[in-house]
Amino acid sequence: MTEDDIRVRVINTLFGIVPELDPGGLKPAVSLRDQLDIDSMDFLNFLIALHQEFGVDVPEADAPKLGTIDACVDYLAQALRQRAQA
Amino acid sequence: MPRLGADMTAGKVVKWLKQPGDRVRRGEVIAIVETDKANVDVESFIAGVLEKILVEPGDERLPVGTPLALIRAEGAAGPAAPAAAAAVLTPAPVPPAAVAPAAVSVTAVPVVLAPAAAAGERARVSPAARKRALELQLDPARLTGTGPEGRVTLADVERAAQAAPAARAEPSAADVAAARQLRMRVAIATSMARSKREIPHYYLACTIDMGRALAWLAERNAGRAVTERLIYAVLLIKATALALREVPELNGFWIDNRAQQSEAIHAGIAITLRGGGLVAPALHNADQQALDDLMRGFQDLVKRARAWSLRSSEMADPTVTITSLGERGVESVFGIITPPQLALVGFGTPLERPWVVGGQVVPRPLLTATLSGDHRATDGHRGALFLAAVDRLLQQPEAL
Repeated sequence: MTEDDIRVRVINTLFGIVPELDPGGLKPAVSLRDQLDIDSMDFLNFLIALHQEFGVDVPEADAPKLGTIDACVDYLAQALRQRAQA
Repeated sequence: MPRLGADMTAGKVVKWLKQPGDRVRRGEVIAIVETDKANVDVESFIAGVLEKILVEPGDERLPVGTPLALIRAEGAAGPAAPAAAAAVLTPAPVPPAAVAPAAVSVTAVPVVLAPAAAAGERARVSPAARKRALELQLDPARLTGTGPEGRVTLADVERAAQAAPAARAEPSAADVAAARQLRMRVAIATSMARSKREIPHYYLACTIDMGRALAWLAERNAGRAVTERLIYAVLLIKATALALREVPELNGFWIDNRAQQSEAIHAGIAITLRGGGLVAPALHNADQQALDDLMRGFQDLVKRARAWSLRSSEMADPTVTITSLGERGVESVFGIITPPQLALVGFGTPLERPWVVGGQVVPRPLLTATLSGDHRATDGHRGALFLAAVDRLLQQPEAL
């Protein structure tokens, strides 16, 4: 899976949490909490949805590493690479 | 038409999920009603057979108390006499007591108010699919689901809509949302203005050291899968519910010029809706639920509130309201009580601050808990005991 594939799937996943999301206006390096007004419940639901989408269970300690779209793509790409190598 | 929340005066029938002749269980969802705040699943409060639908889905707003259908109670024999049914149909805004056709040989009960009941089985429909189906005027219960365990998904709804394109011109989804927003603002305005007009509020605040609770939570979450984690709001809900057991005068309603305590503690959780507005549906028996169960219930409630898909018992039952504005760094919230409830509990954000422990100044995550109380029902002293109990309970998170 390329990083572009991951990016598309991350944004699609985010749609499930933020239905009024405008993908064109999404800033990939800006905090999701700040630009989308999501709270801790939304964020947890986003992590759960990512888990369902990618099969990657993000440990609690790593949750802060998924604060932006770019960061999510990096984190998931690395997790998927590690899984493929394992 | 059930009263789904203290401020509701009228509602519209959006959809019937049962047809005449269908058996209904107690607590089973039989219809969807649109109030100013949500599309609400109306649950039957008796078991029996749906005898007759009195109100077809449509745009007409019906006053609370209007009979919607007749359900023959389980064990009652014989068909309802047509004359009786016709008599029931006539005047809409009559109080339900005057409508029950007692003179007839069947036990037919107008569906007016569903008290708290065990949730029955319902068609498996995702909240987003249900919302979209309602927008498209499709019955989600009749669609074929292709999701996990036959669940009806958004894609199923879109497919069904394409297969049977609606010939009629419908208002756009944006128009529907805008109209809902407007009605919700009016409902909130009515309720809050009534509260400030009628309820003499008193306000108390206390600072709670959340160090132990947050450390316990972090440790508990550390080894858990993402689906099994808790957020700290759940600890606040449980502590509030347990503290209300100790100070029950704050849990209940002001009705007929006196306080009426509720034995059950149904926490109304203020949930912000995307695009504005809020609802505060009930987490039932919050004092008796394990944290994991409360978390699941909370997650489910938020999801369904934002998809405009709540149940009648959730809208009608809250005995107290809990609000938290901590997510955006608000330190304290002094809320307006939801009439006719007796109290509202507010939580700010836990902020790292200097705090004195054992003569030493140490950094601690401090949270401001507040109580808005109805001074007709309680005094500040009882309110203070309540906040002290919340504080004490949060110092022993493992016991929550």
